[in-house]
Amino acid sequence: MAVHEVTFPITDEQEILKLRAGDEVVVQGHIIGIRDRTQIRIFDQGVEPPMDLRGAFLLHTAPGVRKLESGKYEKVCIGTTTSARMVRFTEPLGAQYGVRAICGKGGFPDEAIEPMRKLGMVYFAIVGGAAALETTQIEEIEEVLWEELMPECLWKFRVKDFGPLTVGIDAHGNSLYHDVQARAQEKLKELYARL
Amino acid sequence: MLQPPQLDSDLQHAVEDAAAHLYVWALKDIPQDLRDALADARLRETSIPGKRVLETIHRNINVADSEKNLVCQDTGIAVYHAKVGEHFPLHPARIYDALRAGTARATIEHPLRSNAVHTLTRENTGPNIGYRLPIVHWEFVEDWDGLDVKCVPKGSGSENMSFLKMLNPADGVKGIKQFVLESIVGAGGKPCPPGIVGVGIGGSADYAMALAKDAIMRPIGTRNPDPIVAELEDELYRLLNETGIGPMGLGGDVTVLQCHIEHADTHMTLNPVAVNYQCWAARRASAHIAADGSIDYDNKV
Repeated sequence: MAVHEVTFPITDEQEILKLRAGDEVVVQGHIIGIRDRTQIRIFDQGVEPPMDLRGAFLLHTAPGVRKLESGKYEKVCIGTTTSARMVRFTEPLGAQYGVRAICGKGGFPDEAIEPMRKLGMVYFAIVGGAAALETTQIEEIEEVLWEELMPECLWKFRVKDFGPLTVGIDAHGNSLYHDVQARAQEKLKELYARL
Repeated sequence: MLQPPQLDSDLQHAVEDAAAHLYVWALKDIPQDLRDALADARLRETSIPGKRVLETIHRNINVADSEKNLVCQDTGIAVYHAKVGEHFPLHPARIYDALRAGTARATIEHPLRSNAVHTLTRENTGPNIGYRLPIVHWEFVEDWDGLDVKCVPKGSGSENMSFLKMLNPADGVKGIKQFVLESIVGAGGKPCPPGIVGVGIGGSADYAMALAKDAIMRPIGTRNPDPIVAELEDELYRLLNETGIGPMGLGGDVTVLQCHIEHADTHMTLNPVAVNYQCWAARRASAHIAADGSIDYDNKV
């Protein structure tokens, strides 16, 4: 299992294709915070996102922040939420907006595997609950759009050494979650027989 | 928007102070028993992604300590366990107001993310307070004049992984074991494993789930006082760690840190089993409040 450093947004597809399920990745550059209500607005209510998402890394988050008098937001505690609730947005994010990476906790179910393979996308697993560390890796909140959805706005963060992340689903049809679940289901049969 | 209740006695203010302190303390400084269990897990784990996760958790706890930041951004739903002595000179109705006021004060002053919403409109209802929020589990003790308060901020990632099944008596203990196993395997990485699996058995449907929540509130290392139930705790712990789900569901040896069971006697035709999961960031803080209002903070219980 290789270790990679990737800077987002990416411009070269090879940056994504070189990643394999199980690999370790550290991210530099800019990442976009997004959550349930943000994606409901884009896809269910048909509102165009006021931000270019080509080559982007999306993070499933709803940050704890403090608003300064200047109008800027200062980080308090930024962590990651459960991804599975938002799996249905995977294909349109890739197909319509060119998103290349989605990062969250807990994994995506198998329905994400095919769109990620077809569109050259990856799912990055972060350690859920490790928000204190994650907060130190976010250097600055550069932009907050759709503030009325607080805290489920569109957030632009500048990050440094963001991770370590694990490639949970790669762009070649492999999913750690699928493999772990398949092995566990086999194991359950053996355990039930022993009860 | 709900306003915190007005408090009218020194003792009520003491309970409010305790609640406000406990909520923030629980979110920032996880208890020693949990730190020890996570350190042990880090030594035991052999899978590469699993080790990576446990190493990151270790770094995160250290960063939370040094930066005095929250361990996890999810400030949860505030759940308290209040153990009230029959001679404690404040009625539980007043204790509830104080817990509510303390929760709101901590949320505003820190500030903490407020998660409380109306369950239908989804509009925010106040600083982590709302209709019937926070939630309090009550216990009453004879011949005692003290109050023990435990705060367990419960994150939604793990709370969403709660399961109830009304088994048949003929399904027996085997049915209970199978249900716990299938629930935890089905939950995969979503509840932030490795955590504490709380199991409630017996009673009624609603009581079994409340008992499962009581079970996750126990410190790691405690056992059910009934030896038959304690044996089931040990067996489920071993079985769950054979499933291979691993840290954050990425595969590995450590799927759960502990399995705790709370039980109640039940109807002869009932066999309820409830599972309530507590994530690895199993936040918990406790205080003892004496009848004179003095507070002793101690997160060992």
